[in-house]
Amino acid sequence: MSYAKINTDILRTLQAPGLSYYAALGFILVVLSFGGYAFAQQWQRGLGVAGYEHPLLWGIYITNFVFWVGIAHSGTLISAVLFLFRAKWRTAVARSAEAMTVFAVMTAGLYPIIHIGRPWVFYWLIPYPNERQLWVNFRSPLIWDVFAITTYLTVSAMFLFLGLIPDIAAARDRCTDWRKPIYRVLALGWRGSTRQWYHWGALYGFFAALATPLVVSVHSVVSWDFAVSILPGWHSTIFAPYFVAGAIFSGLAMVITLLIPLRKLLGIEEYITIHHFENLAKLIIVTSLIVGYAYLTEFFIAWYSGSPFEQGTFYDRMFGQYWLFSWGMFTCNVLIPLVLFSKRVRTSLAALFVISIFINIGMWLERFVIIVSSLSHDFDPANWPEGTYQPTWIEGAITAGSFAWFFFFFLLFVKNFPAISITEMKEDAQHDE
Amino acid sequence: METLLGIYNNRHKAIDAIASLQQDGIDTISAYTPAPDHTIESMLKTHASPVRLFVLIGGILGCVIGFAFPIYTVYEWPLITGGKPLISIPPFVVIAFELMILFGAIFGMMSFFGLSGLPQSRMPLKDTRFSNDHFGIEVQCSDTSQSTVRETLETAGAIEVRPNA
Repeated sequence: MSYAKINTDILRTLQAPGLSYYAALGFILVVLSFGGYAFAQQWQRGLGVAGYEHPLLWGIYITNFVFWVGIAHSGTLISAVLFLFRAKWRTAVARSAEAMTVFAVMTAGLYPIIHIGRPWVFYWLIPYPNERQLWVNFRSPLIWDVFAITTYLTVSAMFLFLGLIPDIAAARDRCTDWRKPIYRVLALGWRGSTRQWYHWGALYGFFAALATPLVVSVHSVVSWDFAVSILPGWHSTIFAPYFVAGAIFSGLAMVITLLIPLRKLLGIEEYITIHHFENLAKLIIVTSLIVGYAYLTEFFIAWYSGSPFEQGTFYDRMFGQYWLFSWGMFTCNVLIPLVLFSKRVRTSLAALFVISIFINIGMWLERFVIIVSSLSHDFDPANWPEGTYQPTWIEGAITAGSFAWFFFFFLLFVKNFPAISITEMKEDAQHDE
Repeated sequence: METLLGIYNNRHKAIDAIASLQQDGIDTISAYTPAPDHTIESMLKTHASPVRLFVLIGGILGCVIGFAFPIYTVYEWPLITGGKPLISIPPFVVIAFELMILFGAIFGMMSFFGLSGLPQSRMPLKDTRFSNDHFGIEVQCSDTSQSTVRETLETAGAIEVRPNA
């Protein structure tokens, strides 16, 4: 594949979109506005308009928060970790995966603001010298979240931008429409001199090396939001590896869900091939098995511990009020991915798309089950709520709004920036020569 | 001192040009390529990038701040939680770890901009084809050797040789 072909094919995806793109964008904006309206209602009337009631004071919002942070992680896995492993196949999918990461972290970052009772003082989470003469509690996982999510967003955004600089330069040099001045500014005057490439390559490697422990640490920190409590079903040392594996699992499924339509709509089927999806499916098998093992461990340890509280919580998880969610979670996360052992399934785009949707649903259910079933079955039976958690339209609208927020940025990105790394594809072509 | 820029539409011809120039004893060569080119990089003998040093400095600074800041604040506003010691190392490790990565990344990025001369908007671009599939070999030569250099560039297969400001 020649440099010219790569350049032309990928830059062609930036051409003016058709009506369906604008229709999709319009629909997304409508949903986003509805979510914003719901949030405004909640801001004004208080968290009571959400279905929150003691002891279920974390529900859909924190489920969504963990869900989105989890999705972000596999983007970094593909673009940073697989880079360090020199996995050649990552090239065509790394850019869209990394973009997915940045927008997923931005979406996750909304929830610490949404789920608090006084969102207008969310900035109190940030340690700054203040007139209240106090400092934040650095021993709290909620503050660790602030540092972890901020670091993750900043580093991922810088990593994405670094890789984009030479590609934006390529777009700048071929663009003739209204975006040219924007590309010229964003490309920072990149010329492609050997000196620039050398520093670029060095920094890219270091970013990959920095992002790798970040992937492990950020979701470990998020899992510790639960694990450092004493609640049965939460207070478990397996949470960090369990959540990190689960995050990569759900993120890989989201990558498949996004890329199957994307390659068709942008006309880049030649670059994103069935081989890529098969490799993603293989990674999904691995992470699904780890997550399944974690489920078994949790149940085994709950039984083996002999603690009536642990045993009670886990029995309730399987056969209590939320049994449907639990069994749905097992089916989607453990049973359904087993069919990926078949090569025929792994190489069928339709099957992969359907399975990835099930995995996304299953992983959302997992976070829901962990949060809601544990909170509704704590040490004191007097605390156990009579009925099930009843989310209101506000939570639904905000959830839909957060998906709209994510897809809004993702749609804007794929039509204005190269969804495949032109630079890295050319580098691969060079090595193939 | 004059600068000549030879433009090539073939990677191997550009590499041949560099080889010929180096054979003639010229070492004031820079190259412009559409993608990182390891052959050309090794021919032009670039030294190890100092970006690594800045990432290290940033990382160490982040780690130090990550411990120093919480320790300072916990003495300033002693928040006793669950009878745990004021300077509780495990939670502070989390903060220090995240800041280590954050500062390492930021310092690395800043050093990359500085070392690469970015952002750079005033100077005219060398050629818009270099981001596509053409290669540029730029030679700084004295007035006398200009014609020899031009000849070498053209023999190697340049589609265009022009003086560069």
